[in-house]
Amino acid sequence: MTYDILITGLIIVAQILAVVVPVLISVAFLVYAERKVLALIQLRRGPNIVGPFGILQSFADALKLITKENIIPSGSNKIVFILAPIITMVLSLAGWAVIPFAPGWVVSDINVGIMYLFAVSSLGVYGIIMAGWASNSQYPFLGALRSAAQMVSYEVSIGFVIITVLLCVGSLNLSKIVLAQQTVWFAIPLLPMFIIFFISALAETNRLPFDLPEDESTLVAGFFTEYSSASFVLFFLGEYASMILMSSMTVILFLGGWLPPFDVYPLNVVPGVIWFTVKVIFILFLFIWVRGTFPRYRYDQLMRLGWKVFLPFSLFWVVATSGFLVYFDMLPN
Amino acid sequence: MVLYSLTFYLFSSVAVLSALMVISAKNPVHSVLFLILSFVNASGLFVLLGAEFLAMILVVVYVGAVAVLFLFVVMMLDINFVKLREGFLQYLPFGALLGIVLVIELGILFLTDRSSNIYNNQTPLQPIVYEVENTKMIGQILYTEYFYLFQICGIILLVAMIGSITLTLRDKGGVKRQNIDSQNTVDASTAIEKKKVKIGEGI
Repeated sequence: MTYDILITGLIIVAQILAVVVPVLISVAFLVYAERKVLALIQLRRGPNIVGPFGILQSFADALKLITKENIIPSGSNKIVFILAPIITMVLSLAGWAVIPFAPGWVVSDINVGIMYLFAVSSLGVYGIIMAGWASNSQYPFLGALRSAAQMVSYEVSIGFVIITVLLCVGSLNLSKIVLAQQTVWFAIPLLPMFIIFFISALAETNRLPFDLPEDESTLVAGFFTEYSSASFVLFFLGEYASMILMSSMTVILFLGGWLPPFDVYPLNVVPGVIWFTVKVIFILFLFIWVRGTFPRYRYDQLMRLGWKVFLPFSLFWVVATSGFLVYFDMLPN
Repeated sequence: MVLYSLTFYLFSSVAVLSALMVISAKNPVHSVLFLILSFVNASGLFVLLGAEFLAMILVVVYVGAVAVLFLFVVMMLDINFVKLREGFLQYLPFGALLGIVLVIELGILFLTDRSSNIYNNQTPLQPIVYEVENTKMIGQILYTEYFYLFQICGIILLVAMIGSITLTLRDKGGVKRQNIDSQNTVDASTAIEKKKVKIGEGI
């Protein structure tokens, strides 16, 4: 009896580690890839000193940051100040529990997988608000306000995009969402929603061109201005981990998850996890490409885009999709 | 079985403790944070009941949206807590009376309602697993049997929304607004005016 619990517990811990450790390692390489790609866009070399081609640069940076002194401002609210980066980090890793990497490769295959992901990504705002408030300083607070308003606004259109996909699937289970794309990836019939989801994902993860919460030219470093050393590393890792999470969500919803592009001989022998990884890397490359190409939005433009363009359009598309499915009797089950 | 009971006691005790902290914390921001913790634990309890859709909706709606705005308001307002605490003894009898009435009502409910299994069920706690996903079950009931009530809820929300918009909407004169369309259609011929300026005269 007791051993059973122990063994179940150990299996759960092993499963969690098997997901979290690769995610953290891929975060390190994502940071390296981002610096390298940006350097290529800007005709520079990028990191090339630590290790071959500078591939160990992010590990060196992480070590440097962790060994530095952790400064907690005397005017700050200490408990909340320390909790904020931890919450950010934990939430950006918690979403991975439901991501199916390949058929059956999922820690917890729950019925409401997509709702869980949506809930976890909507909780992400707390780390930022708490950081901004606990720092007891103007710039972080302004950054936190911007971030909260931004994330709440873009969540609305993300919600409608998810509803559109769910109308075509008939289930909230992520594996079923992937399997429903066997004939055609949803990126093709729902192309406008794919674009809206990608742009909203940029805003949701506070990435350029929507990185106003950490806009260095107006807010120093935004909500993590007062953070140093390990707590800064947690914010940094959390941001990149949630970037990879949003990319995986995009891949599952629109690019057919682990499915090969065509179900023909040389393509369908490649393991699903490889297809999944390749697609996630493609979306991540788009994130970095956008960062290297577009100027930052002004805050009112960002709000206008969210509420006056994306919201009506995605609402219209929900109605149009459901009307189409009902009229042609294509509703799933 | 033991694991389920353990998680139940974990979620419920944290929920109750954080609910207590909501009313006893000195700092209102801490109160709101404890309220959020309480919501999250309540959604954990929903998961244990097998109502995973409700659990996720609770997190998305209450924690993800309502509590964010709540936290905003509490952070931005400059509340004087010493003043707030002044009337504590004055309001205590009435508050205590309300609490006692609530406890008595709950007690009556549990003691008299013999038909419900809450009181008699001695089986260990575990999630109830149905054949159909509970998202589907809720949908099948909500859009058929309770369709009118559902629509009325929607209308009530719409009225509340319009009300709050009219409360906050005020048109101060002299605010410069941007017309995005006219900005986008600007070209050199409309934006730039060429003038010949004579030296020493200006415009």
